[in-house]
Amino acid sequence: MSNKIDILIRMANDIGNFFNAESDKELAANGIKNHIVRTWDPRMRNAIISYNKEDGSKLSDLVKSAITKLG
Amino acid sequence: MMSINKDKDFGTPASPSTKLVNLEIDGFKVSVPEGTSIMRAASSIGIDIPKLCATDSVEPFGSCRLCIVQIEGGRGMPASCTTPCGEGLKVSTQSQKLAEVRRGVMELYISDHPLDCLTCSANGDCELQDMAGAVGLREVRYNPVETHLQAVKDESNPYFSFDPSKCIVCSRCVRACEETQGTFALTIDGRGFDSKVSPGQNEDFMDSECVSCGACVQACPTATLMEKSVIDHGQPEHAIVTTCAYCGVGCSFRAEMKGEQVIRMVPNKNGQANHGHSCVKGRFAFGYATHKDRITKPMIRASIKDAWQEVSWEEAINHAASELKRIQTQYGKDAIGGITSSRCTNEEVYVMQKLIRAGFGNNNVDTCARVCHSPTGYGLKQTFGESSGTQDFDSVMQADVIIVIGANPTDGHPVFGSQMKKRLRQGAKLIVVDPREIDLVKNSPHVTANYHLKLRPSTNVAVINAFSHVIVSENLVDEAFVNERCDVASFNKWRTFVSDTRHSPENTESITGIPAADLRAAARLYATANNSAIYYGLGVTEHSQGSTMVIGIANLAMATGNLGRVGVGVNPLRGQNNVQGSCDMGSFPHEFPGYRHVSDVDTHNLFEGAWNAELSSEPGLRIPNMFDAALDKSFMGLYCAGEDIAQSDPDIQHVHSALRAMECVIVQDIFLNETAKFAHVFLPGASFLEKTGTFTNAERRISPVRKVMTPLAGYADWEVTQMLSNALGYPMNYAHPSEIMAEIASLTPTFTGVSYDKIDELGSIQWPCYDEASTGTPIMHEETFMRDNGKGLFMLTEFVATSERVNGKYPLILTTGRILSQYNVGAQTRRTENNAWHSEDVLEIHPHDAEDRGINTNDWVGIKSRTGETVLRALVTDRVQPGVVYTTFHFPESGANVITTDNSDWATNCPEYKVTAVQISKVNQTSEWQANYQEFTDTQLELLEQGIING
Repeated sequence: MSNKIDILIRMANDIGNFFNAESDKELAANGIKNHIVRTWDPRMRNAIISYNKEDGSKLSDLVKSAITKLG
Repeated sequence: MMSINKDKDFGTPASPSTKLVNLEIDGFKVSVPEGTSIMRAASSIGIDIPKLCATDSVEPFGSCRLCIVQIEGGRGMPASCTTPCGEGLKVSTQSQKLAEVRRGVMELYISDHPLDCLTCSANGDCELQDMAGAVGLREVRYNPVETHLQAVKDESNPYFSFDPSKCIVCSRCVRACEETQGTFALTIDGRGFDSKVSPGQNEDFMDSECVSCGACVQACPTATLMEKSVIDHGQPEHAIVTTCAYCGVGCSFRAEMKGEQVIRMVPNKNGQANHGHSCVKGRFAFGYATHKDRITKPMIRASIKDAWQEVSWEEAINHAASELKRIQTQYGKDAIGGITSSRCTNEEVYVMQKLIRAGFGNNNVDTCARVCHSPTGYGLKQTFGESSGTQDFDSVMQADVIIVIGANPTDGHPVFGSQMKKRLRQGAKLIVVDPREIDLVKNSPHVTANYHLKLRPSTNVAVINAFSHVIVSENLVDEAFVNERCDVASFNKWRTFVSDTRHSPENTESITGIPAADLRAAARLYATANNSAIYYGLGVTEHSQGSTMVIGIANLAMATGNLGRVGVGVNPLRGQNNVQGSCDMGSFPHEFPGYRHVSDVDTHNLFEGAWNAELSSEPGLRIPNMFDAALDKSFMGLYCAGEDIAQSDPDIQHVHSALRAMECVIVQDIFLNETAKFAHVFLPGASFLEKTGTFTNAERRISPVRKVMTPLAGYADWEVTQMLSNALGYPMNYAHPSEIMAEIASLTPTFTGVSYDKIDELGSIQWPCYDEASTGTPIMHEETFMRDNGKGLFMLTEFVATSERVNGKYPLILTTGRILSQYNVGAQTRRTENNAWHSEDVLEIHPHDAEDRGINTNDWVGIKSRTGETVLRALVTDRVQPGVVYTTFHFPESGANVITTDNSDWATNCPEYKVTAVQISKVNQTSEWQANYQEFTDTQLELLEQGIING
């Protein structure tokens, strides 16, 4: 069992791993952002945005850039 | 409701020919398709030729000689069942000579048949009796010295009896077992007078290969093979056509009744999904509906440590509504939600998601498809534009190459499995991609997989990329299809991606474990056949890359042009009866009915207007997110109908902790299931026999569910949800489920032409139905895909190894699956005689791994993962490969989900049930979890008992 933010970090990085196949990283980051916007409950989105602002070290670079687009 | 009269039996199967031949039968002119038997042609104009060994579900045999006819200018008296119609034939079905021969035949039959018609279980439904009447048998002159009248009954099968003394050796059962079911469990043993029907090699039915599908019982013209329920209760007096509540095949059945008692479930000959076939679950395992464990009174309690208290419906509903309101006031509007079930009807699911979106005011609704086919919904929506399989089941009969990936049709979808086996026996080629040797590989008579690609669990995407690499690098792409039907820019990007040699079979062999030569040969076979079809199951979806794999499958089908016509396609085999329907109805937290996103302005406005409510445009919580939020104190109330998350979901201890953390858990179910043990309100549900509605099967077929008995608790489930909605202050006033379907049709473009009247008229209908006149869509994407631009989209599918890795401490991979006789969490089938076939979950382990650990079959073994530990009995078998162990999850005490992890699909959070690193060791007692589970269960059953006594 993981704690809440670890779960969200893993989920975000898993999404990132799929979109990382895209060579255009701007396109990939938008893909990650859109996926999270369309499927994550706001409290989950807010938590990952806060984590990204406060630490973000466990997020991949691609996911960080996507989350940064969220807020 | 209909009379008990059976559907007409034409004697022999219909001919598929479109060419007609003309002939004359008893002076009447008739035109029939070429290849039609004289018997069928006669029957089609109302002339029933006497018959015993012929029935239209199996090929003609020509043994009983009752169906003889005379043909003008022809010699002798040919059997009308085996004689095809010819142009210009003049046939006589009745004459003095024919009558004498038929009477003589019947006399011989009856000379070795008990004359106990009045006390016989088939009295009123016996073809032998009917034929004796038809031929005018008045005496039996023979008095044989030796007969079969003392033959011993075989009562070994829990559902039907085999009485050889009544057998006329017509072989209908043998042929049904072969042709319809494809098991070949029966044979005619011996010759001449000694001929007899024999299961296996002169074994009892239960000891033979018989899978208890009931095809033999259905085919038997006498009381030889008879349902024990008919023996016990007599012949039924009326029948109602309804739809099975088990797997995603969605078989149509005639519920044959005596008053409100189901006497037997008989597969509907006109059922468009099953064509008169059935399996052991749908045919026989319906007794759970009236099992003593049914709870029929609403109950409430303050905490799960308290005894239940039986209360009135009004009190239970008001209490539930009050608690939900209290939680929203205390924790916020988003602190409650609900879970719908694929076991519920479309109408029930629709009403429930409507309650949550409009009544609760949030989108915290999810469904059990989360844990099975949510990746199918995502992957096919992205690539094809719609979250559904592309074909009807009958399409398989035109397939030349069939790939089965991560599915076990003969166990999980047995009636479709039989249809697939029929096509394979006709010569279609088979590729199985599965870590385990499913029965289709080589354990089904006359079926052998051309390739069994025994991949390592979790390497699906590497396999599909290797397939694609072969197709692209060997110029096997259907360029015309791609250029005309697909998004070419996305294809070009994908072509470049899969062309990279890192995806070659040779370079992926070390990842997948599949010999490169086999993979290349299989890919060539798939790409070069006229019609190739892919069928897949949870072995595709229940992975961390489940959605990626679905996308990979879609890519492959598009690249080879295997879409948009009969015989091809991408076919997800849905687990439960209404997985497709529950998803269609808007059960996902981000989608309204018809898979439209909650933020889509037009859709949002449409539903706000129709529902007269302010709706959220934000996605809600998925099931696993609900659990996390519960432990975070931001999700405190749950309405769970028909789903048993406390058994079926992964990392079950985490689920249990979340349920304990919630302040109000409302469970609506027919039994006190595992989740109900954590509940504060229990609302008794209705079984599929007690309500009206529709189920949508894996081929998008919307079939009728019809009430055959009064709900034991007084209400159908949609009525309970409606009462809760009204108590919460969001009014609902449906008088009948047809009104709910009318609302669905008015708000969902793909359902526009769906109505109860049309379903009654057609029997069933396959969505999409875009206009009122539509009669359904068996094959999707025939002209264009359903994406906005009509083009199929290729997506890149990089293989990413799961984080669930084996190591020295956890050196084996556990994967899970299903077995024929049990269904899902077993709540239904465990309460039937199906336990005779499977009374506990066992752990399959390869002999090498077993030997290393000193394990023998039937030993207790501990299974330890990073998440938990449980204990099962071992079954040493080479069906699994070294390094892989396997179990089912039908019994709660097995704790299979104690060991599964919270890993999930990246796109949908579908759990990675199929990959858990474990260690196995021989033990002599149950696990700590199992001991705690037993104690908790015992306590909860005591609290239930106290409640019933108090009530």
